[in-house]
Amino acid sequence: MTDLAHIRNFSIVAHIDHGKSTLADRLIQETDTVSARDMKAQMLDAMDIERERGITIKANTVRLNYTSDNGEAYVLNLIDTPGHVDFAYEVSRSMRAVEGSLLVVDSTQGVEAQTLANVYQAIDADHEIVPVLNKIDLPASDCDRVAEQIEDVIGIDASGAIRVSAKTGVGIHEVLEAIVHHLPAPKGTRDAPLKAMLVDSWYDAYLGVIVLVRIMDGVLKKNDRVRMMQNGSVHQVDRIGVFRPGMMPVDELGPGEIGFITASIKQVRDTRVGDTITHEKKGTDRALPGFKPSVPVVFCGLFPVDSAEFEDLRDAIEKLALNDASFSYEMETSAALGFGFRCGFLGLLHLEVVRDRLEREYSIELITTAPSVVYHIFMKDGTMRELHNPADMPDLTYVDHIEEPRIKATILVPDEFLGDVLKLCQDRRGIQLDLTYAGSRAMVVYDLPLNEVVFDFYDRLKSVTKGYASFDYQLTGYRADNLVKMQILVNEEPVDALSTMVHRDRAEMRGRAMVEKLKDLIPRHMFKIPIQAAIGGKVIARETLSALRKDVTAKCYGGDATRKKKLLEKQKAGKKKMRQFGKVDIPQEAFISALKMDS
Amino acid sequence: MPDDWRFGGFGLYVHWPFCAAKCPYCDFNSHVSAKIEMEDWRAAYKREIARYASETGPRVLNSVYFGGGTPSLMAPEIVETVIETAAKHWTFANDIEITLEANPTSVEAGKFADFRHAGVSRVSLGVQALNDADLRRLGRLHDVATAMTALETARNAFDRVSFDLIYARQDQSLSDWRQELTTALGFSPEHLSLYQLTIESGTAFGDRFRRGKLPGLPDEDLAADMFILTQDICDAAGLPAYEVSNHAVPGQESRHNLIYWHGGDYVGIGPGAHGRLTLDGQRHATTTELSPGKWLSQVSRTGTGELEREALRPRDHAGEYLMMSLRTTEGLDMKRYRDIAGKPINMFDINDLENLGLLQSSGDRLQATRDGRAVLNAIITRLLPDD
Repeated sequence: MTDLAHIRNFSIVAHIDHGKSTLADRLIQETDTVSARDMKAQMLDAMDIERERGITIKANTVRLNYTSDNGEAYVLNLIDTPGHVDFAYEVSRSMRAVEGSLLVVDSTQGVEAQTLANVYQAIDADHEIVPVLNKIDLPASDCDRVAEQIEDVIGIDASGAIRVSAKTGVGIHEVLEAIVHHLPAPKGTRDAPLKAMLVDSWYDAYLGVIVLVRIMDGVLKKNDRVRMMQNGSVHQVDRIGVFRPGMMPVDELGPGEIGFITASIKQVRDTRVGDTITHEKKGTDRALPGFKPSVPVVFCGLFPVDSAEFEDLRDAIEKLALNDASFSYEMETSAALGFGFRCGFLGLLHLEVVRDRLEREYSIELITTAPSVVYHIFMKDGTMRELHNPADMPDLTYVDHIEEPRIKATILVPDEFLGDVLKLCQDRRGIQLDLTYAGSRAMVVYDLPLNEVVFDFYDRLKSVTKGYASFDYQLTGYRADNLVKMQILVNEEPVDALSTMVHRDRAEMRGRAMVEKLKDLIPRHMFKIPIQAAIGGKVIARETLSALRKDVTAKCYGGDATRKKKLLEKQKAGKKKMRQFGKVDIPQEAFISALKMDS
Repeated sequence: MPDDWRFGGFGLYVHWPFCAAKCPYCDFNSHVSAKIEMEDWRAAYKREIARYASETGPRVLNSVYFGGGTPSLMAPEIVETVIETAAKHWTFANDIEITLEANPTSVEAGKFADFRHAGVSRVSLGVQALNDADLRRLGRLHDVATAMTALETARNAFDRVSFDLIYARQDQSLSDWRQELTTALGFSPEHLSLYQLTIESGTAFGDRFRRGKLPGLPDEDLAADMFILTQDICDAAGLPAYEVSNHAVPGQESRHNLIYWHGGDYVGIGPGAHGRLTLDGQRHATTTELSPGKWLSQVSRTGTGELEREALRPRDHAGEYLMMSLRTTEGLDMKRYRDIAGKPINMFDINDLENLGLLQSSGDRLQATRDGRAVLNAIITRLLPDD
């Protein structure tokens, strides 16, 4: 173990593409943590999805050994945190595990909105923040302007900002020196009862659950029996170590240190992010503050395209759930889509990530139904039911009223886009709570129905603000409103997977938008197809998809027969991939695209 | 059940792969070459005919068809040799049809008498458009006036003449096409092939289309209107459709092409030519080497230009018969289909499509209606046998 004075724990806060991963790679390289032979780009982003999308889903960590210019040897622990609102809680825990942050800003671009949410998380966690201006090798680099902007927008001193090029390596040494000299050493007492924060955890096929911990007080050793304070479960530590970034065993982890343990834990569910780990005997009785259990807020149905793959999907979901405690699932049957699962997620990115992983890692093609929030249905008999799926909406004659989840949304936006943002929030049934300015940036706070946000709010926000808005939200509670279930009928038959809950006042507009979209998404058939939106038995919007009029191969002679027949067989196979509703084939993308609103 | 060649006829297809220039819409196997060894080609065709004849044994040959490429660029001596060789190995039907595809240029028209002398009885002229600006856009080397002269020359030289037009071209309106087709019918043709312009991938038009550089093509509704208009005008002029894109005065249909659509046998020789051969009751699909140079050297080296020979499974055979026969107004023989497939077409699908007015049946005959022919791909996709 290392004494506290020679430990520095930090995270890197950066907008996407501002060079966070490249900088992390450079720090790893500069400290000889990985041999040149084993070095690959973006060392810390383990999953394909992370690497491709430039997002981090699980917290990653690496221990760097660095001998400073003053001749003393330091241990530097870097935690790379997820940066998306879906994982805001996970980010807050990672931030609590370190004492400082590097704020990396692209000196050719300046501060971007998405950086703000994370930098405020760092400020909330009382971090010391070292600004780093990256990409100074580029001709468009303007460090003075960007430093000034950091001071204006974020309100921290940027006079000592370090100018680096993670690409060429210029300034990397200065960054390491700043970590040592500007960031505080962690605090903690070796003799106190063990108090370790569970920062993150994931499943490994060989080792079981790997738990990433930050020791606050006390010492953790191999073979120690430890207790998870939230669920009370007791485990024996069978491995203990640090990441460099591969796993390296150590004898013990002391105060201020970050490392991992394994303890024959079979499910990630048994390890809650933010939980406090202590010794079974002579442990602390005071857990670390701030623990929150994760609650899924967005639900959708996942169905295999090929119904024969249902069992494969079940296996895949069960395996995935082992590694993702925040994701819930239960079996669902749809008249239209057959057998599948109703799954709960932390948010839309989480949903997409899980869906991508199922499709990619388990090679299962999926139909995803419209995301929905959890409604509270108050029945006339005084009972309350949770509604995860609009298809399960009980008969209205038994329903007294319906409540929906609301959020408090905070949006930071350059003032030139303020009008568009306000309009978007109003359109989504928002109630303005606050509007303030910081420099040329406005901060608006809205009370919004979660229902209006889960689907495509973030996409719309990015689009109307050209990506310059940051968005964060927290659930505030439930409120009654005039909500109804809207059904979609294709060729006179209801398609349960397209049912949605909508506000009565917006039903006509939503219904119209959906039937128009579906008219474009469903290919022409050999007959005309009415597409309707209805509430109860009442049709509120209608479109008619005309019959196919022309689809014939102009030339087909002896030499074409083989090829043309293959083409038609391919078309036939393509049709099988669509879902049949009565006589109508609906392509998979329709189930999601139909709900996207353009305005 | 009778073999395909007894049921649908037996023909010989000869592919000549060279063109003076490549057209931007064409996805056929055609090449532009400066030097062509006519003697080598003559020998290779001769050898291929002899090889196939030894497999088929004696049969009545209903048709010989020279396609391409541009077969009117062939030396008439090659054409003559092919016809003579075919006559030596098979028995010519009394009404044998010998067709040659030709471009309506003055150079080629100058060879028509020689082709006639070689034994060609019918030509199919690639006129394509009756509008000089559009001919240039289609990459054709002739103009309307030259084409008309060539048509006249062809009529004097051959028993039967057909010509092709391409419609649904860029910026072509419904009334433009009405006028053009009316003009074409004014020449009193006995046979017309009227093709909707199809953008094929792998062609110059295909590339431009993909890059969004081929504007002014009709949408589905205009294309459908043009198709219906074509049927109306040709019906009124006494040249009803006998196939999706082919119209003829009754009795003047292309016998060769009917072999394809009736599911008959055909020997295919030349680079890239396909064939269908029923041997000992089993139907085979044959393909040949695509590259002209390789085909030629393969024939002289190994004695065969064939690349692959696949014994068709009943379901492929039946699917092909379905796809080809429904193109004709005469339609499909359901008994023949059952014999090939071993089971009938799904009656539920037929009834459904009949109720939509896209198919009609009487006895064993199943036909696509006029509306049905416009959406034939959707019908075939529905009826194709499952795996």
